[in-house]
Amino acid sequence: MKKTNDLAQRARRNFLRDLGRGAACAGAAGAGVLLGATSQATGKQSADANGSFPVQGYDWTKHRWAYAVDATRCIGCLRCVEACKRENNVALDANHFRTWVERYVYLEGEEKPRIDTQADPVNIEAAGAEGKYRFANRYEDAKVEKAFFVPKLCNHCTHPACVQVCPTGATYKTQDGVVLIDHKYCIGCQYCVQACPYGARFFNHAKGVSEKCTWCYHRITKGLRPACVEVCPVEARLFGDLNDKDSPVSRFIRDNRVQVLRPETGNAPNVFYVGIDKEVR
Amino acid sequence: MEPLFHVAPFTGYVYPNETVIPWSVLIVVYPYLTGLVAGAFVVSSLYHVFGMRQFEVVSKFSLLMALCLMVCVPLPLLLHLGHPERAFNAMITPHLTSAFAIFGYAAAFYVTLLMLENWFVFRPQFVHLGQNGWKPARWLFRLVALGSDDLSEPAMRYDHKWIHALAIIGIPAAVGLHGYVGFVFGSLKSREWWSSDLMPVIFLFSAIISGTALVIVAYVSSCKLRKVSIDLACIKGLAYTLWGFLIVALLLEGVEFASLLYRSREGIEMIMQYVRGPLVVPFFVLQVGLGSFVPLLTLTYLVWRGANDRALVVAVTTSAVLVLFAVLLMRYNVVIGGQEISKTGAGLVTYRPAVFGREGLLAAGFVLAAPFALLLISLRVVSPWSKEAAA
Repeated sequence: MKKTNDLAQRARRNFLRDLGRGAACAGAAGAGVLLGATSQATGKQSADANGSFPVQGYDWTKHRWAYAVDATRCIGCLRCVEACKRENNVALDANHFRTWVERYVYLEGEEKPRIDTQADPVNIEAAGAEGKYRFANRYEDAKVEKAFFVPKLCNHCTHPACVQVCPTGATYKTQDGVVLIDHKYCIGCQYCVQACPYGARFFNHAKGVSEKCTWCYHRITKGLRPACVEVCPVEARLFGDLNDKDSPVSRFIRDNRVQVLRPETGNAPNVFYVGIDKEVR
Repeated sequence: MEPLFHVAPFTGYVYPNETVIPWSVLIVVYPYLTGLVAGAFVVSSLYHVFGMRQFEVVSKFSLLMALCLMVCVPLPLLLHLGHPERAFNAMITPHLTSAFAIFGYAAAFYVTLLMLENWFVFRPQFVHLGQNGWKPARWLFRLVALGSDDLSEPAMRYDHKWIHALAIIGIPAAVGLHGYVGFVFGSLKSREWWSSDLMPVIFLFSAIISGTALVIVAYVSSCKLRKVSIDLACIKGLAYTLWGFLIVALLLEGVEFASLLYRSREGIEMIMQYVRGPLVVPFFVLQVGLGSFVPLLTLTYLVWRGANDRALVVAVTTSAVLVLFAVLLMRYNVVIGGQEISKTGAGLVTYRPAVFGREGLLAAGFVLAAPFALLLISLRVVSPWSKEAAA
């Protein structure tokens, strides 16, 4: 996470410096408004033009990252959750997750599924502690009609509601399609936490800023895969570049009839699902 | 030590991150204070702009009250922010797609406007205090009067022109400021409880009734404290204002609530469970029943009977206290209610406000009391009752 912040921060600093030069010429009066209205677009261009992206050799105009989940493969082992917590230094409690796994269980004679996650008290008890993750065998004696797991994470939407509502522009969409938060600029109002329809954001109480999944931006910009994808033993989680026709994600989208969560919000998520059910929100 | 965060208990299925409620009771206080400002200003403008003479007695008082309230409006927000020291980021680089981005500018504009109008209204008193007041403090009042000590008739006429103009600008500003607070909630598509085009108007009308009610309560208490007789014409005028706006406010809230249930979109089962369960006492019994219908019926009776005596004062003041209480509850039921209904549409979260800590009930109480402390201090210095005293 520290690295992610540094990357985002450096990009921002460079862009602010460039913009500052421009603003000095343009006149101070209009600058404030200009800065807000065009922060994203200008930021990208100036960072590219100077080749000032924090990671050497990485050009964020050349990638279009996307994520895919094959829910039919997920076995609910929760390694992804553990890997994410460790990789990103997420608080080890049951109330802050950058990614989580939902379990849907339809019992015989019941219309609605029973839904829980690793954060459910029963599952925490089965795991032994809040920092450990496992699904309790709570339906052992029940007649299960249908059951499946659904991994969840930030959808890095094309039209992110969280970015729309951020009053400072601290959260922004990168050119390669990732939604990031500048932890050194965020004022901690939590408007974005409210605006996300997926519950993907949470408040980092120690740092006083909002936090969420970054698709492990510090890893993917170095050619690595996100930690959750890396550890998934069944390839339920896939990651890749939509600009690359042969990337796992491109192939997944081509070979399957994919869905996104809550398409009616207009957010246009970039996490594509296969094998989810009408009750999955 | 106060824990970093409070875990909210839940039933059904909620997203794991939803078990910590993002917006606390401080964000209940924020729209409440803003609403009181807008309402108090509207009352002041009823005299200054609309020329309703029965409100002359309270026009300066409500204007001063609006200022004291408005300077405290940023307090709950600053207390809530994870990084209050970065609050100005929103003004330095306002992200214009955000409903929150213009808050700094809107608030700054409105505080400036209120300060200017108050300055023009109280300038004669500053001049007077600068010349005849307590000696060691005279320089301060001369400073506050900005060296403008001309109290001649043309000068006063000029001042009056400014007051009139500022009051006129202030009306759309007050309406805009509060309508915009409603938009902050109404524009979010993630929460069915908030997502409504009516939200800005609902906030606005409840603001006007709360502000009018506050002027009534504050005026009556100040008369009791100062042992002067209460201007019945003024109270009657305020009662009519409160009655009229209360009807509209109730209608709007009723329409909004009815359409939410009637539309019955995704997650309605959970909303119904919420409405029938945790909402019964705070909403139906307290906000709608005790806080809205009791005052509405009382005021309707008074309007019908045209009462004009001590009973009028008692009944109107009681109604006003109830309305103040109902609007605070309305803010609570909107802000907290929206967060208690999970985004999953399959579960409910329960907010339990902390008592201590930065976002606790004590802090919220302090923030609510701060403008009134400020008002009491201001009243030691200037008097908004000059006309009364002269009479």
